[in-house]
Amino acid sequence: MNAPPPVLEVRALTKSFGDHVVLDGIDLVVARGETVCILGPSGSGKSTLLRCLNWLETPDSGTVVLSRERLGVLPGGNHRMSDAALARMRTRIGFVFQHFALWPHLSAIENVMIAPLHVQRRPRAEVRAEAEALLAKVGLADRADYFPAKLSGGQKQRVGIARALAMKPELLLFDEPTSALDPELVGEVLVVMRELARDGMTMVVVTHEMGFAREAANRVVLIDHGRVVETGTPEAFFDNPQTERARQFLMRYAGASTRANGAAAAG
Amino acid sequence: MTTGLAILWEHRDLLIDGFLTTLWLAALSALASLALGSLLAIALMARRPMVARASGALVDAMRCVPFLLFAYIIYYGLPSLGLRFSNWSSGLFALIVYNTAYMAELLRGAWRGLPVEMIEAGHAFGFHGIRLVRRIILPPVILAAVPMLGNQVIQIIKDSAFLTIIAVEELTHAATVIQQTYFLPFASFVSALLLYWVLCVGVEQLVRRVGAHAEARR
Repeated sequence: MNAPPPVLEVRALTKSFGDHVVLDGIDLVVARGETVCILGPSGSGKSTLLRCLNWLETPDSGTVVLSRERLGVLPGGNHRMSDAALARMRTRIGFVFQHFALWPHLSAIENVMIAPLHVQRRPRAEVRAEAEALLAKVGLADRADYFPAKLSGGQKQRVGIARALAMKPELLLFDEPTSALDPELVGEVLVVMRELARDGMTMVVVTHEMGFAREAANRVVLIDHGRVVETGTPEAFFDNPQTERARQFLMRYAGASTRANGAAAAG
Repeated sequence: MTTGLAILWEHRDLLIDGFLTTLWLAALSALASLALGSLLAIALMARRPMVARASGALVDAMRCVPFLLFAYIIYYGLPSLGLRFSNWSSGLFALIVYNTAYMAELLRGAWRGLPVEMIEAGHAFGFHGIRLVRRIILPPVILAAVPMLGNQVIQIIKDSAFLTIIAVEELTHAATVIQQTYFLPFASFVSALLLYWVLCVGVEQLVRRVGAHAEARR
């Protein structure tokens, strides 16, 4: 019997902006149903890593493989995929943006429906029913016809999550989904994310929310200066970090961790 | 003066016809130049530098041409190339081509002001090419540009008055005819002015309505 392939397999990924090396050989494997939290100080390269995973940023070298299929580059060769082929693969990866990036000309439910309708070309009635169910799932059934400008940050981000789920992705990427939110709104978003993790969604979450990482992640990855410094279960990482860098990081973010727990509890 | 107004009233059909022609010309050329301007804006924002540069040069060149001269060229110049249009079609054609350049330039400005993340989100969700432009980029660009589009439509209405020189029977032409036939310069021109003003007020109302609709979607 073959083991199921990992949903995501990243090997030796590098990326530089000019002289500045942002990613310096990242390896990362994510199994089906796993929630991996990527932690690291600001400027450590974690957001760039996430953006490389669906080619919003083109890596300089290394490979990204989604369920055995190479992303961004044609099999075997060094040729970039066509825009159409890349777009097709991107539909299998959901992305939740730090600043929500909802489409302001569309209502909440239209934001959720537009890609399934016009990219995946699924029937409208089915898409509509699913979008309604997804908005209900994130607690926004009564906000379906609101435009983004009328929603709070937490509501926008929950629409963002529903929008990503509507594509039925194999993998969900979160780029600091709560760091643009007022503290009192963080909890409502984390509640939704915890539920997804529990339901077995495969997720990679770049975050500063230590409470969420400890509680919802199957695995924590610490990145610094574009390299994986330490990786392990949340218990091992938070209670018994193996590297000096991890200990320093945890010390520095101890305050943030308490705040995150407080906000999550309040939500 | 009162006899003047009485004569004018007697020939109100002429003015009304002129008014309707101007309205029709402006509406058609506004819609057509917005549609063509959207296509040209796509070329202006194209990733291929050749396409962007060539269309940019075209737009810049067009914006330096006085409309009056452009209308002359269309009406008197094209027949020498074997292309012959009626006065009305020449006038409409001139308005559309001329304003397409302005519309494109104006949409490019709004496009550049779009938050990058919004377009990135389009990419992340599998949009690309023309579908990305149509579903994700152009709607907010046009919504953002509504006030400027309104200004441009008013410009079109005013430019259409130049078409009197190629004998398009629009509002200014009608006023001139009445003036020349009955020697009523003041009454006929002021009535034409008032009718232009009515058109512009109408456009402003429309912009306000659409603007309120757009405001919710920004």
